Amino acid sequence: MKQALVILLALFVLASCQSNKKKEVSTSNVSLTAAGATFPMPYYNMVFKMYTDKVGTAVTYGGIGSGGGIKSLADKVVDFGASDAFLEDAKLAEMPSTVVHIPTCMGAVVLAYNLPGVDGLKLSSELLEKIFLGEITKWNDAAIAKNNEGLTLPNQDITVVYRSDGSGTTQIFSDYMSKISTKWAEKVGTGKSLNWPVGIGAKGNPGVAGTISATAGTIGYIGSEYSFSMKIQTALVQNKSGNYVEPSIASISAAAKGNIPEDTRVMLTNSDDPESYPISGFTWIILYKEQAYNNRSIEQATATVKLLDWLTSSEAQAVAEKVHYAPIPEATAIKAKNILKSITFEGKPIL
Amino acid sequence: MNSDKITKIVLLSVSLIIILIAGGMVFSLVDGAIPAFKHFGLKFIVSNNWDPTEGRENYGALPFIAGTLLTSVLALLIALPLSFSTSLFLGEYFRKTRMAKILGTMVDLLAGIPSIVYGLWGFYTLRPILISMGIGNQGFGVFTASLILAIMIIPYATSLSNEIISMVPADLKEAAYSLGATRLEVITTVTVPAARSGIIAGYILAFGRAIGETMAVTMLIGNANLIPTSIFDTGNSMASLIANQFGEADGLKLSSLIAIGLILLVMTGMINAIGKYIIRKMS
Repeated sequence: MKQALVILLALFVLASCQSNKKKEVSTSNVSLTAAGATFPMPYYNMVFKMYTDKVGTAVTYGGIGSGGGIKSLADKVVDFGASDAFLEDAKLAEMPSTVVHIPTCMGAVVLAYNLPGVDGLKLSSELLEKIFLGEITKWNDAAIAKNNEGLTLPNQDITVVYRSDGSGTTQIFSDYMSKISTKWAEKVGTGKSLNWPVGIGAKGNPGVAGTISATAGTIGYIGSEYSFSMKIQTALVQNKSGNYVEPSIASISAAAKGNIPEDTRVMLTNSDDPESYPISGFTWIILYKEQAYNNRSIEQATATVKLLDWLTSSEAQAVAEKVHYAPIPEATAIKAKNILKSITFEGKPIL
Repeated sequence: MNSDKITKIVLLSVSLIIILIAGGMVFSLVDGAIPAFKHFGLKFIVSNNWDPTEGRENYGALPFIAGTLLTSVLALLIALPLSFSTSLFLGEYFRKTRMAKILGTMVDLLAGIPSIVYGLWGFYTLRPILISMGIGNQGFGVFTASLILAIMIIPYATSLSNEIISMVPADLKEAAYSLGATRLEVITTVTVPAARSGIIAGYILAFGRAIGETMAVTMLIGNANLIPTSIFDTGNSMASLIANQFGEADGLKLSSLIAIGLILLVMTGMINAIGKYIIRKMS
């Protein structure tokens, strides 16, 4: 009995020695805190739970908005933040140290409308500009009819519905509008909330979708993840190549097929790809390149990077589709993994 | 013998905490609002341009001040005849009847309904009715928001007025009756004058509630950052704007939102002061 105990003890010491040699850092008891964008929250909640079940690392994610995510990272109160918009150079310079971006999944902004019996409405860049600037006010306007032969459009006022709260969805939509219309860029511009020329504001995706579904003659923009899961009637949007594209997981992913910069900071709206849905974009997780800050342990740093490494793997990306997000293309995942390899703890790479 | 002292100390420290909290709130509001007022000056209050687009940020609070005042005053005007007659019904005419008890409970029940439920009811029930009447922009706007606000503030105004009206001494009323006054004359010359300050206090409380209401207003006012040109136009209120924009705001925008919060606080304070002045003048 005593012998057995000694052998067990010896084995235990040996085992711990070996793990010391390999410098394997245990991450199973680590708990991570993150905060940021609400758009990818359903996806993050699902994959983080999966990861906890798999590896043991507990992850708490607070959906407080992209702005809040950036602020939390700047204040160093989270292990990583999340944002629907990448940090511009000026904003990056303001951060206490170097911040890197890891794209985690893709989404799009779809145009939902409420016209009973009118399916497959096609919207060209010109129509989008004129409807959202309030220059076309009736659904049976000659310009809409010309673009939609075969559809019976009612003699009804167009009511534009927009997000009343600040939102990454508005940012992506207005970025696209500014790209396709100089008039929009001059009059309205790009941002998380805008000075809207016409329409009604509603709070959040549910608010906009609810207003549209309850009011005939409305048109508005909502996050693709929300519209896909609610099966909302959406319009086909003309992309850069002139094709009318229905928003789908495949057409959203196609937007990232082109050349992506090494740091992945890019707006994918108005993509060159002929099959792409033009109002698509990445969502990112943001973290510090040097993980030793605020008394963080090597375990915490390693757990963070390992989680993100898994998040960009095909296993986690497959989950994205189940919750109506588009996965990032293979080439982008490789770039994300390269960025993760550059992350250090006290100067030494973690992965 | 020490229990008196202990009570004194406890009471003093509790009230000090309240003062500290209130003072801290005012301080942090002022502190947060300084950048906005520094940047825009007093133009912040009178400018009607709210443009959050990066690169040409410009913030003016006037559309929201106008929206808040317009919805609250309109709500008070709509609520006034309803709640005043209800409180007379409960406190005078049908006092202590079964009918009054049922009605009283219903009014109290109205006060307990969360504002989001009012918002939903307004959105799904009231709005379609207004659309079919052709009012507002697809049923959204200042008028719709005021209607909902009016229903929300009725219980506040009614409960307090009812309480005060039923507390008017019976001797006074009996004296009036014995002089040959009719019931209506008793109400107009005895009950209402005697209860006046309490009734006004009830309406001030209700008005304060209307000014600060957020969720139901957001759902119905249309959230357009413009000064409403008519009561059927869309607009936005101060509380609704803050609730909507706070999440993604930073820098100058955040400061502007805090400044609007400060203006809201000052406005509420002013209304309370005016109310107290009126009460003092009348009693």
